[in-house]
Amino acid sequence: MESTSQPTTAGVSPALHPCYSEQAHRHFARLHLAVAPACNIQCHYCNRKYDCSNESRPGVVSELLTPEQATHKALVVGAAIPHLAVVGVAGPGDPLANPERLFATFRELAEKAPDLTLCVSTNGLALPEQVEELVKYHIGHVTITINCIDPDIGARIYPWIFWNHRRIRGRKAAEILIAQQQKGLEMLVERGVLVKVNSVLIPGINDEHLHEVHRVVKAKGAFLHNIMPLIARPEHGTYYGLTGQVEPTAEQVRALQDACASEGGETGMMNHCQQCRADAVGMLGQDRGAEFTLEKVAAMQIDWQAALAKRKAIRATIERRLAMQTQFTKTKNPIPLPVRRPATITPEILRMAVGSNDGQTIDAHFGHAREFLIFDVSPTGVRLVARRGIDNNYCSGPTTCGDTTTVLAGAIEALRDCAVLLCARIGFEPWRPLEDAGIQPNSEHAMEPIVDALLAVYREWRDGGRLETEPALVRSSA
Amino acid sequence: MAFRIVASCTNCWACLPLCPHEAIRAATPHFEIDAVRCTECVGDYADPQCASICPVEGAIVDNTGQALNPPGSLTGLSPEFLTLPSTP
Repeated sequence: MESTSQPTTAGVSPALHPCYSEQAHRHFARLHLAVAPACNIQCHYCNRKYDCSNESRPGVVSELLTPEQATHKALVVGAAIPHLAVVGVAGPGDPLANPERLFATFRELAEKAPDLTLCVSTNGLALPEQVEELVKYHIGHVTITINCIDPDIGARIYPWIFWNHRRIRGRKAAEILIAQQQKGLEMLVERGVLVKVNSVLIPGINDEHLHEVHRVVKAKGAFLHNIMPLIARPEHGTYYGLTGQVEPTAEQVRALQDACASEGGETGMMNHCQQCRADAVGMLGQDRGAEFTLEKVAAMQIDWQAALAKRKAIRATIERRLAMQTQFTKTKNPIPLPVRRPATITPEILRMAVGSNDGQTIDAHFGHAREFLIFDVSPTGVRLVARRGIDNNYCSGPTTCGDTTTVLAGAIEALRDCAVLLCARIGFEPWRPLEDAGIQPNSEHAMEPIVDALLAVYREWRDGGRLETEPALVRSSA
Repeated sequence: MAFRIVASCTNCWACLPLCPHEAIRAATPHFEIDAVRCTECVGDYADPQCASICPVEGAIVDNTGQALNPPGSLTGLSPEFLTLPSTP
């Protein structure tokens, strides 16, 4: 993760971008501007008719904005949320299929909020022809969704594309799309733009194939590879949703991410993706969109110069704090544990989940935690291995989607490989199902520093002999 | 000879910039085609542009009311899927 703070040849630093840096996502906010309605392809996991304000998933927005409205919204949000660092355009269609609206927005933002990092997320079809324009506006971060590099697989994901004034279908369509994506990736890397590749894991269609995709995008210099689970439910009205295409389990996604990560190389794996809506506002995993609707934003007047100065001051403070933390973790990590057993015995790893909002202490209530930090603790130290959202952060509307059983099942599924769950509080209701799933809930260490609590629990398990007697819950470090 | 946009249009803007005769207007509740300007792209393109990018089946019809993109032609979903099940 340390390498993420290195600027690239274009002078772009991922350190401020919550999607490109795991550390940044705890401190900096992002805003998605829904200025790009048109799309030039159809994906089987997308339904352009759908909109719901309780849905949190890509391609979904409540209000389409004109470039003028979008710029004003960015300036308003940038004044109200001074730790805003990134403004992205991700839809609801494809940004590059709406070049005039996209660049009109970026042109004005570059003038009035030059501190904000601009980024786009595209399917790649129109990418090669827009690369120069993107570079001109200093777009240092581009995400390309690449689900395949084999047109036969592509034909099962994309029913059609619009290309050279015609609708092209089937294998031919996939062939063109793949060629454009790969060409776009190469051109961006050549120009020093940081490229994140998103891949949607579709069981039975591209699950095995994504290993190959990973190798290729890595060889071409992608900065990050983000493997995301397919979202396909009948109520979304998508082809996959209606035809019963299964979604991957959290375990399948993790296994693939781990396999790709183990191949090494320069390309990092993104494990903290929250699959945000195309009009999300705030920190990753959080959406404050309702505070900034078209109507509310239109009524707000802001002094953009004062807002810019405030953002710069806040950013300097956060950066100083981050620098201190990095120093701290470098000296303190890994934390050695006294080893009492003979060295010939394989040391066991105890995997534990932690509910934490501040990333330092155990301060999250189980029922309110939207993500968990997953740690492996062994005699050699404490290692953060993942950050997991609950059930893809799928629904956040407690009044309309308050099916606690489903939410709990999702949380348990996401934590299935953990032996212990540490939270500030855990209600009576989820306690038993967690235990039944082999996850020991523990709220004894509320508000304690995470590392201290993890080590205390590890010692308790070790001294109680549980590391040996409960092998199912303990992974061997071999 | 002109096409027409009907209520299922989602106002996604994809068609508007493609029209060679600027016959499409961003109207409410849905986009509209100016019947005087529309030539169905005859003489300009092999395929009518608006109907070639439209993502919604049935949203653009010809002067007999026939959908240029009939049910199932874009999504690959047979008509029985097209009525959305109610959300549980």
